[in-house]
Amino acid sequence: MYLYDTHDQAMVDARVAEFTDQVSRRLAGTLSEEQFRPLRLKNGLYLQLHAYMLRVAIPYGTLDSRQMRMLGDIADRYDRGYGHFTTRQNIQYNWIKLEDAPAILADLASVGMHAIQTSGNCIRNTTADHFAGAAPDEVEDPRPYAELLRQWSTFHPEFDYLPRKFKVAIIGSETDRAAMKLHDIGIQVYKDAGGQTALRIHVGGGMGRTPMIAPVIRDNLPPLQMISYLEACLRVYNRHGRRDNKYKARIKILVHEIGADEYRRQVEEEFAHILTLGLEPPPAEFARIKAQFADPAFDPAAPDAIDRSDPDFALWVDQNVHAHKAPGYAIVTISLKPVGGIPGDASADQIRLMADIARDHGFDELRVTHAQNIVLPHVKKADLHAIWQRLDAAGLATANLDLIGDIIACPGLDYCSLANARSIPVAQKISERFAETGRQRDLGELKLKISGCINACGHHHAGHIGILGVDRKGVENYQLLLGGSEAADTSIGTITGPGFSEDGVVDAIERATNVYLDQRAQGERFLDTYRRIGMAPFKEAIYG
Amino acid sequence: MAETLIRLRDDAASTAPVVPLADLGAASNASAVRLMPGDDARALLPVLDQLDLIEVAFPAYTDGRGYSAARILREHGYAGELRAVGDVLVDQVSHYVRVGFDAFAPDQPMTREAVDQAIATWPAVYQRTVDGRPAIWALRHG
Repeated sequence: MYLYDTHDQAMVDARVAEFTDQVSRRLAGTLSEEQFRPLRLKNGLYLQLHAYMLRVAIPYGTLDSRQMRMLGDIADRYDRGYGHFTTRQNIQYNWIKLEDAPAILADLASVGMHAIQTSGNCIRNTTADHFAGAAPDEVEDPRPYAELLRQWSTFHPEFDYLPRKFKVAIIGSETDRAAMKLHDIGIQVYKDAGGQTALRIHVGGGMGRTPMIAPVIRDNLPPLQMISYLEACLRVYNRHGRRDNKYKARIKILVHEIGADEYRRQVEEEFAHILTLGLEPPPAEFARIKAQFADPAFDPAAPDAIDRSDPDFALWVDQNVHAHKAPGYAIVTISLKPVGGIPGDASADQIRLMADIARDHGFDELRVTHAQNIVLPHVKKADLHAIWQRLDAAGLATANLDLIGDIIACPGLDYCSLANARSIPVAQKISERFAETGRQRDLGELKLKISGCINACGHHHAGHIGILGVDRKGVENYQLLLGGSEAADTSIGTITGPGFSEDGVVDAIERATNVYLDQRAQGERFLDTYRRIGMAPFKEAIYG
Repeated sequence: MAETLIRLRDDAASTAPVVPLADLGAASNASAVRLMPGDDARALLPVLDQLDLIEVAFPAYTDGRGYSAARILREHGYAGELRAVGDVLVDQVSHYVRVGFDAFAPDQPMTREAVDQAIATWPAVYQRTVDGRPAIWALRHG
């Protein structure tokens, strides 16, 4: 885990002081809401439908138990006892009072956290593989690169008013667990033919109203030229990205309109110039950061066997536990998707319990996943049963990872001022319809994602089944998409046809899953069957 | 025309007429030019030596192209006055300075005191740019 040094701490402390002053000027009336708006947005403070919402950055989704405990305490002190983990590996609080915001930022700063650049047309919080440092298939840990990116992007003076927001994701495995190609920049750390570490840079992916998969713009980039290369990528975008239409302002539109080759040419030209300026942190800095992500002290004698005599426990192990690179260890994913619950929500007590378990059994480390779940990346297999019992007692042992009940959903019209339709009730109805564990497991891996508007915070384009809430003449209406994926085989879903009512879309999903059950070949997931047989049989069953 | 002018440099301000980039070719002896957001700052590189003042227009503070324009000019050695003009906000002043601006002509009133305070907001910086401040990585590794 990266720990702040005095420089990092001084920067977040300065931010708290600055924002405290700005809030007091707003409360005193010397700043109007219009003047205050860009300032609060730079601190992740949105004015939503019912209250202020504060979005807290969790850099590359990694945090320790002390930080996690603070997130629980903040939920108790300043919210209604809940936090909402998001698809951006962050946490949001939905019931914040403006006058409390400086105190919350001060509490966050006391554990090395902040809300910097969680909003606005700037470089947002970098996301990464949530199994980083633990996955058996990892080529190299992406977190040291992500931390370099965090520092470089923090208060970057040239890129504070880009045409639109800018999101970077980084992975270090062939398996893409971060939807990397659906980001403005997606970086893959890999080994070249000679065994040397290199970076592959994808630019111009995204969801929103124009979903696009990012093309490769640069292969074989030396790792310690990453910052210089991204300076070049961002500068070309800042200068030439469209500013005439907010919906065409993301970098994906620039890359699409001028073409990947022309964008690459412009970046390479800028990159050649930037390399002469000496902007890259030195190898010693990378080494300093990397040392902080060294493996924890795994016990080489940790037993590999798991006692599966408790059937409920065995079910959870099969569904929510992944293989680890160290013998005798495993990766646990805690589902925040109980039947009928709000995807990504956790109570203050649940958040603190997860912190305690990480402290007691998990080398003090937790991750937030873009699927709105929590990961304990390093636990002994021998401790799994004890962990499961503690989770189960707190309603956190739902065995549905990657099943239809493991729904990604945005906050929707229940909270969000941009939404056209509610997402949460749809998610709740689907999870209740498919509540029975045996039925879910029979359906197998099925990633279902719901967005309450075209901005696609719920990643509906990338769901095996996606739902998009729209407003049709003042009535909430739900479009259904099939065939999306955010994994290494990234694809964008196709709309089935006319939309549905809230209950109608749940019925349509059930009919689609029945087509799969009837037609699947041996070993096929829902997505595989869809890709093989195409949309027609699904369409017929849904509308026929 | 903005009424406020705050300069962070000691030399006398240019009194030459400020010409738009498009007119620079015709006015070959011009020493002051104004860049609009869509103008290519690199078009000035061949004539940087003859310029004492480059104004960079911010018609709206949300249009950040001027930050890149300024930094490019400094990266290529421009040492004259670089003035941010228009919807220039005190809360952005530390960023303007970090990309090379050393004068401000804001539409809204702004005091020198507020500018100095804004510049002092950050105890250190994470990036090396054109303002001469060492990045935090340089402080760490001497």
